Amino acid sequence: MAGMMRQRFVDVTSELLETTGNLAVLTADLSAEMFSQARARHPERVINVGIREQLLISMAGGMSLVGMRPIAHSFAPFLIERPFEQIKLDLNHQGTGAVLVSAGASYDIASGGRTHQSPGDVALLSTLPDWTIHVPGHADEAEAMLRDAATRDDLIYIRLSNQSNRQPYATPGSGCLSTLRAGEQATVIVVGPLCDAVLEATADLDVTVLYAATVRPFDGATLRQAVADQAVPRVVLVEPMLEGTSSAEVLRSLSGRPVSLLPLGVPREELRYYGTANQHAIAHGLDAAGLRRAISSFISER
Amino acid sequence: MVTGTRERAKADIARVHELMAIVRGDAKHAEAAESTADALWVLYDQVLRLSPDAGDERDRFYLSKGHGPMAYYSILALKGFIDPAELYRFGTFHSPLGHHPDRIKVPGIDISSGSLGHGLPLAVGSALGLRALRRPGRVWVLMGDGELDEGSNAEAIAYAGRARLDTLHVVLIDNHSATQGWPGGMEERFRIEGWSCARVDGRDHQALADAYREEHGGQPRLVVADVGAASSRVNKGEGGS
Repeated sequence: MAGMMRQRFVDVTSELLETTGNLAVLTADLSAEMFSQARARHPERVINVGIREQLLISMAGGMSLVGMRPIAHSFAPFLIERPFEQIKLDLNHQGTGAVLVSAGASYDIASGGRTHQSPGDVALLSTLPDWTIHVPGHADEAEAMLRDAATRDDLIYIRLSNQSNRQPYATPGSGCLSTLRAGEQATVIVVGPLCDAVLEATADLDVTVLYAATVRPFDGATLRQAVADQAVPRVVLVEPMLEGTSSAEVLRSLSGRPVSLLPLGVPREELRYYGTANQHAIAHGLDAAGLRRAISSFISER
Repeated sequence: MVTGTRERAKADIARVHELMAIVRGDAKHAEAAESTADALWVLYDQVLRLSPDAGDERDRFYLSKGHGPMAYYSILALKGFIDPAELYRFGTFHSPLGHHPDRIKVPGIDISSGSLGHGLPLAVGSALGLRALRRPGRVWVLMGDGELDEGSNAEAIAYAGRARLDTLHVVLIDNHSATQGWPGGMEERFRIEGWSCARVDGRDHQALADAYREEHGGQPRLVVADVGAASSRVNKGEGGS
């Protein structure tokens, strides 16, 4: 399971380089070796810049200015957090387009510690306008997102993970919430790789389950429809990243109505323990058992 | 009646200064703008393949210095990119001309700048992109010596040298404003990374033109335009000009 999305990214991108003449891939040493065959075939479009993340992002902006479609890649904290001013100015402010693809989401690299973890990446990027943000739950979803992104010229972030659902749940290309179950007691919105855990957690609960592989723009229309006949919708938001990353989006999509919202995700506090991603999920209450506890408790609150 | 090229050059730069005088309200950066006028004028007038109707084969010019763009706006006005009337409302709410230039608001401006250390890294990307697209344009960046403090430039200088980006040109205005100096000289940082380097008197138009045009095959190019220390500025507190 580990690394499947990243390998798919390398394979699909290598193929797209053949058919999309203005596509470029930029790496900052991480994953650079995986692109060595592609680099041999397209040395001017597969570029490893070295451990220079500010340059990585600026270069993407500079390439876009002259008509290239750049894909820039690194681990999430080094791609989004470290060069954030470059994203703000050399991509957004500059009016350029780029595809940012990260590996190592949230606590994927559990034994690497805080320096290799950025649960806040989506929340941080969300402070800027115009970003499409994808959080795929399966390599097939990631592939569809990548193929679509390569043909566009706007700002797209694809957040790959080592965690994955057993199957894809998203409708390719739609960016919409998928309705996986219908129920009465609450509406659970789950993002990306946590879907299987939520389905298991709610197997015997009377809840609606909506699945999102795209969190920006947020599909408020489907949510509104799902809770249309509820006086005070009870919504649980389950995200594999900083707790509450999409709370504002949920509330905004239901604006004007009272809402009871339980946001679940990775807490703000650093977890100074190592081990595996699974162990971190359990520690954060994001495994099936932990989710079941939280959701049941929320439902039974009156 | 203007006859020789020297007289024409004086008349032209005088006209640049006239327009700069119109642009008011940014006295903090007036000196910075003053130091760029000659280097920028020679570039736009004699070297850059750039005009309002230029196609994809054109050169690109990235003003990274960001601060004090009065010389830049004035030259763009003289060259037909900007309506000179716009200079009168520089910095006002609806003006397309802010204290830092914005490519979204002014066609003819290639990058939006203001925060130091972005222009050169952007230019590295553009030079690589033009190379990949097999387009002939060169990429020119104007930087300040204070701006060289920013670490993002070090990444760009190193990579450009390794990639042998010979279509990349930097004009670095040295008005000796960097608050902590450059042991060994600022050119060394470029030279050691494989750049072709030159330093000229930043007010000598002929020297500037010659340095801009000098052959430098297989290496990115640095021209330092030395405009001297205009005034005593130790512990000024603001590094970039």
